[in-house]
Amino acid sequence: MTMQHPFTVDAARALGGPDWLRDRRVAAAEGLADVEWPTAEEEIWRYSRIDELELARFRPMSAEELGAPGVDSVPGGGPVAAEVGERAGLVVVRDGRVVHHELDPALADRGVVVGGLATLDHASVAGTLGATSDASPDAFTLLHDAFLAGGAYVHVPKGVVVDAPIVVLHWSDGDGLASFPHTLVVAEETSQVSVLERFGSPDVEHLVDAVVELIVRDGANVRYQAVQEYGPRTWSVALQRAHLGRDAVLRSSAVALGGAYARLRSEARLEAPGAESEQVAVYYGDQDQMLDFRTLQDHVAPRTHSNLLFKGAVEDRARSVYSGLVHIHPEAQKSTATQSNRNLVLTEGAGAESIPNLEIEADDVRCSHASAVGPIDEDQRYYLATRGVPPEEAERLIVLGFFEDVFERLPVAALVGPLRRAVHDKLGHLHPGDGRG
Amino acid sequence: MSLVIRNLRGGVAGTEILRGVDLEVAPGEVHALMGPNGSGKSTLSHVLMGREGYEATGGSVTVDGMEILGLETSRRAAAGLFLAMQYPIEVPGVRIADLLASSMRARGVDPSDLDAALATEAARLEVRDEFLTRGVNVEFSGGEQKRAETLQLAVLRPGYAVLDEIDSGLDVDALRDVARRVKAMTTENGLGVLAITHYSRLLTELTPDVVHVFMGGRIVTSGGPELADELEAGGYDGIAARLGIEVPGPVQTRADDPFADPGF
Repeated sequence: MTMQHPFTVDAARALGGPDWLRDRRVAAAEGLADVEWPTAEEEIWRYSRIDELELARFRPMSAEELGAPGVDSVPGGGPVAAEVGERAGLVVVRDGRVVHHELDPALADRGVVVGGLATLDHASVAGTLGATSDASPDAFTLLHDAFLAGGAYVHVPKGVVVDAPIVVLHWSDGDGLASFPHTLVVAEETSQVSVLERFGSPDVEHLVDAVVELIVRDGANVRYQAVQEYGPRTWSVALQRAHLGRDAVLRSSAVALGGAYARLRSEARLEAPGAESEQVAVYYGDQDQMLDFRTLQDHVAPRTHSNLLFKGAVEDRARSVYSGLVHIHPEAQKSTATQSNRNLVLTEGAGAESIPNLEIEADDVRCSHASAVGPIDEDQRYYLATRGVPPEEAERLIVLGFFEDVFERLPVAALVGPLRRAVHDKLGHLHPGDGRG
Repeated sequence: MSLVIRNLRGGVAGTEILRGVDLEVAPGEVHALMGPNGSGKSTLSHVLMGREGYEATGGSVTVDGMEILGLETSRRAAAGLFLAMQYPIEVPGVRIADLLASSMRARGVDPSDLDAALATEAARLEVRDEFLTRGVNVEFSGGEQKRAETLQLAVLRPGYAVLDEIDSGLDVDALRDVARRVKAMTTENGLGVLAITHYSRLLTELTPDVVHVFMGGRIVTSGGPELADELEAGGYDGIAARLGIEVPGPVQTRADDPFADPGF
């Protein structure tokens, strides 16, 4: 990259942590110089706001600001963590650095690890850290790796079943700063685990460049739920990539409510026969937000199955983009895939793009895709009105009802109620002053 | 205290379909409005309810003395008018309980007894639980839709109900259950009913006090239950011949398909 910005090799080197992590950062920072900064000309960035994102507006944290790796005496999670209810473990990540972690001792005894990447030796994460994200690094992945100073690590040994969710809370603050949260989840063979991540920031200028890696080994079962509630001036570019082994099952979900511009690439690579992934999302943009999703269902092995359901609503001047690809490779015979994206455009100034794509290189597969963008159905409004439901309340019921099938599929049930309320609260803005809810 | 329709004119998209409708339904009364396809029966129901695109161009409609023309649809419902639809609309993710609770709150009624009322009515109307937990009308059969419409009517207890072909698309058992429940409401709750239909089979259970024959956008004759018998025997042509009028246009082209959507 030729542009002037403070994300230099020296800055990357200066951050703390173990040598292996520093070396990894420096290599990425050097690589950053060789890649082009993306533009909206590229298909994968089409309709995005990448052209408005000036990296020079932000700066990385210094080693002093970030602090040394390790656990402070910060009380973990606060009210946000409390809302999750029962949990097996908790990691609190502030500006990309783990500041608190805890784990049910019974699970620790069984070999489960929940903690910070920067406190691990290299052998622990060799072969897993970056295994999914480094395949074809773009500028944001390199930038992430160049300033990766920590992040959450969840490792579930073979055959271990973790019943309650493991919660990871990311908080990114600091005006004018960029942060680089990373989460690496490794579920070994036939293990089971649910991971719930919440990403948040206050109302400050902030860039979040996050990477989530989910490694689901043979026969493992992972439920993953991400909830994004950034402040209105946060820019976020996130990559969530999963690799699935033989007969592995991943149910992943994303809820996106905040951010000025929040982009999520959600990718599942089905690497061995019998692997099965589900990707669902709920997003709701208002005011001047832009929520941007790029998905990939990547079938590289026979008898693999994926389904995807992304549903969103936009109001005010908000925009959303959904662009998704189902890729069935030649060797992935007898695979099935569904891809569905539906959008409600609630006000005239808002807009949604929906671009589903299939690339099918095998002949014995079943794939379908569907896409819809439109306003609230007039007949539905009328039906509710004939029952005596006032117009603004009818609109709320219809929008919440629209999302209901995704809510029902969210893997961490305890959060469905709070999330439904969060969407309901956003809907309140549609008719200010009419006594919300 | 009545649903009073006076010289109601109106239609859809600038086309006048209702040509002066006069009708008065008192509490507890059952009025049957019978007419051939295309006579404007469904248009009447939507003009009464204020559906977007349907317009009243003249006359008045009062519910217990309150003029409702010009009111937004939900306010007409709040005034005491209920429409059971011929083709109930699927609303994914919105359960019957959600919309009824919202309706009750809008009228200042405490919905805390709603669950009990729903359970009671569901049992009476043989509506299975799955139809209460699913989005309203989503993947309901014709019979289930009409049972669910009647269930909502029974819980909301409006003053007057317009039943738009509630007898279409359902089997004999469902028809009987629905008709009996509505009939019971007329005596238990003083519900006034305007039952739009083109078959007399509904009326064997839901015995009407008054039968109106509707052709060409207006009531051409009214009478007692014997009028339904006359229709059953001689059809609309017979009535038209007795009255010395012609059966207007659409009926001749559509009469061979009793389930045809009239298209408006």
